[in-house]
Amino acid sequence: MRRLASLRPSLAGSGPSAPVAAVLLAVVLFLLSGFLPNGFGSDASIAFAQATNILRLSVFLGVIAAGQTLVITSGGEGIDLSQGAVVTLTAIITYTIANGQNGNVPLALLAALVAGAIVGFVNGLGIIFLRISPLVMTLGMAGVVTGTILIFTKGATTGAVAPIMTQLIARPVFLGIPGAIIIWVIFGVLMWLLMERTTFGKNLFAIGTNRVTAKLSGVNVTGMVLGTYALAGLLAGLGGFLVVGNTGVVHIRIGDPFLFPSIAAVAVGGTLLTGGKGSYLGTMAGALVLTLITSLLTTMQMPESVREMVLGGTLLAMVSIYGRQRGFRQ
Amino acid sequence: MRTLRLQDIVRRSFFFALVLLVLSIAVNLILQPNLLQSDTLNSNMRVFLPLILVAVGQAVVILAGGIDISVGSILSIVNALLATQIGPKGDTGAAWVMLLVALLVGMAAGAVNGFFVSILRLQPIITTYATGFLFGGLALFILPNPGGGIPASFTSFYRETTPLGLPLAFYLIGLIMLAWYTIRQTRYGRYLFAVGGKADAAYETGVPVNRVQFSTYVISGLMAAAGGIAITLLTGSGNATIGASITLTSITAVVIGGTALRGGIGGIGGAIMGAIILGLVTNIISFANIDTWWQTFVNASIIVLALAAPGFINLVRRQRI
Repeated sequence: MRRLASLRPSLAGSGPSAPVAAVLLAVVLFLLSGFLPNGFGSDASIAFAQATNILRLSVFLGVIAAGQTLVITSGGEGIDLSQGAVVTLTAIITYTIANGQNGNVPLALLAALVAGAIVGFVNGLGIIFLRISPLVMTLGMAGVVTGTILIFTKGATTGAVAPIMTQLIARPVFLGIPGAIIIWVIFGVLMWLLMERTTFGKNLFAIGTNRVTAKLSGVNVTGMVLGTYALAGLLAGLGGFLVVGNTGVVHIRIGDPFLFPSIAAVAVGGTLLTGGKGSYLGTMAGALVLTLITSLLTTMQMPESVREMVLGGTLLAMVSIYGRQRGFRQ
Repeated sequence: MRTLRLQDIVRRSFFFALVLLVLSIAVNLILQPNLLQSDTLNSNMRVFLPLILVAVGQAVVILAGGIDISVGSILSIVNALLATQIGPKGDTGAAWVMLLVALLVGMAAGAVNGFFVSILRLQPIITTYATGFLFGGLALFILPNPGGGIPASFTSFYRETTPLGLPLAFYLIGLIMLAWYTIRQTRYGRYLFAVGGKADAAYETGVPVNRVQFSTYVISGLMAAAGGIAITLLTGSGNATIGASITLTSITAVVIGGTALRGGIGGIGGAIMGAIILGLVTNIISFANIDTWWQTFVNASIIVLALAAPGFINLVRRQRI
């Protein structure tokens, strides 16, 4: 299997690979931001604090984009537009079940994961059995999930996050490093193992490259697609749990701002949107770059119009560098 | 001339949309018996028209194997442009010029998309998502806060013009269908389907794939601008985020209309039906006295069922064999 992984065409072409390019961009941007009027200047401890904070903010987008990485890699026009709604749903579930009690946290986490997985599994059912395009199936499910939230909450939520969640996610736990970052590092290693060192990962790249050949080589395509979407839902559920743990409050649109950035993070990280090629490391870098740019623009107090244009321009530039598809003449 | 048999219609890509359309008209008619009266018909169609126009452009892009996530932002730019440049007390002559400018702006925005997708060969979904941000930012730059407007004579023209008692939208749809029918007979029309079906094979048989792809984004930009004009005429005011929700709805309308998202199969007739169906479903929900908190759920469930039904029929059919 080790050999198989190395045989897979690497993302590195002539230039630097996507994750490296994204991280380099993030570092350069961050260092430049020190020169801003309200930047960190020459104070290393403030710089460290700012860097830690941006890294901490990237965790939530990073975890949510993990599921997106999996479904996009699985090919077949794979995409999950229900993630924003699932994050909202699971954040509300966590908030309601935890209800301020540390003892309720395991149950809240379990419920969030299961709810996310169920939505993802239904997505998978529609996509593989009813042959609905992933884009519209997950878009439709986003509406169903949002509708379900409205029915049960009637616009108002009651509950509270447990103290242990705030402690572990939002506060520093080790050498001044917030728990969220440590969780993300462990999570990243697990995602890497899943994609690069397991049969699931091998089959994921196989169905992403060509479903017919994958099927002929004995891959259970139906099971893989169902599993991938269910897992993506589960990871969005984890995202919802972490998001609410960080903010401490929940509202009915809390997950929406994560939906499209999760796709952008995957694309900036060099994962092919057509499937079959990608890495979670790239997505992590993508989430970092996007979060950094967004928070820099906010720090610089740019109007929303400029923020949107800069974000769009950066995305376009990043994708132009290494997101190009093969031309017909080649 | 071949006689049109029922079987031929059943096999067309828009057949299921046609069934849904008839069904939703019937249900709507039960809940709202005056649906087909001139006034009601007109007040419905003028609300549906912006989505219909955007969906037509989206269908052309999707047919040729692409997708356009920036249509909502293009619509917003046009709305912001018209509301700020014409103004509620604007001169009518200058206003007509601005409408023309708006269409050109839409085509220019489409050309930007076309450049990145067909010349630089970037992936359509992420490209148009990024340009959507660019265009959306531009719209907010033109009109940071909702405001501005167009002369009342324009809104009343849009709202009240019903030649022969039929809504203005019907004539526009007729024109679009006529144009589409003509295009389909041309070489370009065949190229569209060829590029969407299998771009590599089309390239090898001498189809100018890049130019065809480029043109679809320009068409989509133009139609989004037309949608922007329609929505501005409908509301009479400016709001730079007015297009945000129409992008994904237009894709849903295209898919319900029987056009495959992978390209090569479908047409704009289906997309028009899809857009009308989505509008009618919203109508039905508001007339069926459904509890406010349930409306989103019911609406989304109907859409998912509509998307699922063709697949479900196929599933049953496959298992019977």
